[in-house]
Amino acid sequence: MPRRKGAPEVNAGSMADIAFLLLIFFLVTTTIETDAGLDRMLPPIEPPDQDVVIKQKNIFTVSINRNGQLLVEDNLMEIEDLREAATAFLENGADGSCTYCKGKKDPSSSDNPTKAIISLKNDRETKYSTYITVQNELVGAYNDLRNREAQRLFGSDFTTMESKYLDPETPSNVRDELKDKVKRVQDMFPQKLSEAETTTD
Amino acid sequence: MAKFTKKKEGDLPAVSTASLPDIVFMLLFFFMTVTTMKDSSLMVANTLPNASEIKKLEKKDRVIYIYVGTPTQEYQKVFGTEPKIQLNDKFANVDEVGSFILAERAKKPQELQNVLTTALKVDKEANMGLITDIKQQLREVNALKVNYTTYEGDAFNNLQ
Repeated sequence: MPRRKGAPEVNAGSMADIAFLLLIFFLVTTTIETDAGLDRMLPPIEPPDQDVVIKQKNIFTVSINRNGQLLVEDNLMEIEDLREAATAFLENGADGSCTYCKGKKDPSSSDNPTKAIISLKNDRETKYSTYITVQNELVGAYNDLRNREAQRLFGSDFTTMESKYLDPETPSNVRDELKDKVKRVQDMFPQKLSEAETTTD
Repeated sequence: MAKFTKKKEGDLPAVSTASLPDIVFMLLFFFMTVTTMKDSSLMVANTLPNASEIKKLEKKDRVIYIYVGTPTQEYQKVFGTEPKIQLNDKFANVDEVGSFILAERAKKPQELQNVLTTALKVDKEANMGLITDIKQQLREVNALKVNYTTYEGDAFNNLQ
């Protein structure tokens, strides 16, 4: 019988199998997902101290009924036309103080973009998907106008600048530069989207 | 010459697989570090609507999730088929949303408590009544930043 020299070598061939098993487990359970959606701010619960008087012509009312039909400024409207109507309302510029607006300056519509308010009302039985579509179109109207102005001023879309600004991986010196640009375009068309309490009847 | 003919000719040397575990371990560690375990299993149907004007929800530690939808098959016997709210791992009523938000907020580090976002993951079939009630609850606890979580896509697909 031959004498053994030292301890026998442990076979490490199955190490790979074990590691693969673990790897597959983590592969399956991994969810590398970032959620995305429409960002909105809710109105604070305390009412403002004094009532602010807003001219009727500066409010763009959108109501959704339980069947998903739209009533925009007391007229029935298809959702497909909403974005265009909202854009026209926002950049109407009746008082002429808005130099970058390309609206019709209709005296019965909004004075200027900083005063224009979009009011959204919905029924309790409105479907959520319809509501999101309407929200999407209204936010889209703001984004269209902001993109246009950002293109004119900085040669780049507002939405790309904003997402780059919000991305934590953007270097801070680039972010500081973007901050002013984003702020400037936002101030040109401030997002004033009010959601009143739902009507129950 | 016998010394040189000892080796059999045409026999390929075996490729060493000794480094294979190292490679696999490297992959393993990668996936272990990027994995985020789902902290709550969905008990409601959750087909989100589509939207195109979306923003990404960065930084998961600043988000509180609220799920709304009809209970899945196994829970329908007990909870019915009307859309319900799911908070963490259990169904809840509308009036529990406020206290849930406050409890979740208290769990977060101090510096994040003012920058939290509430992500509403709502099934597209749900009615706005429930959402309005949730929104009212959120306003009462001053959680004003909300994100209607959606899939990316054409918003008009929702209407079909």
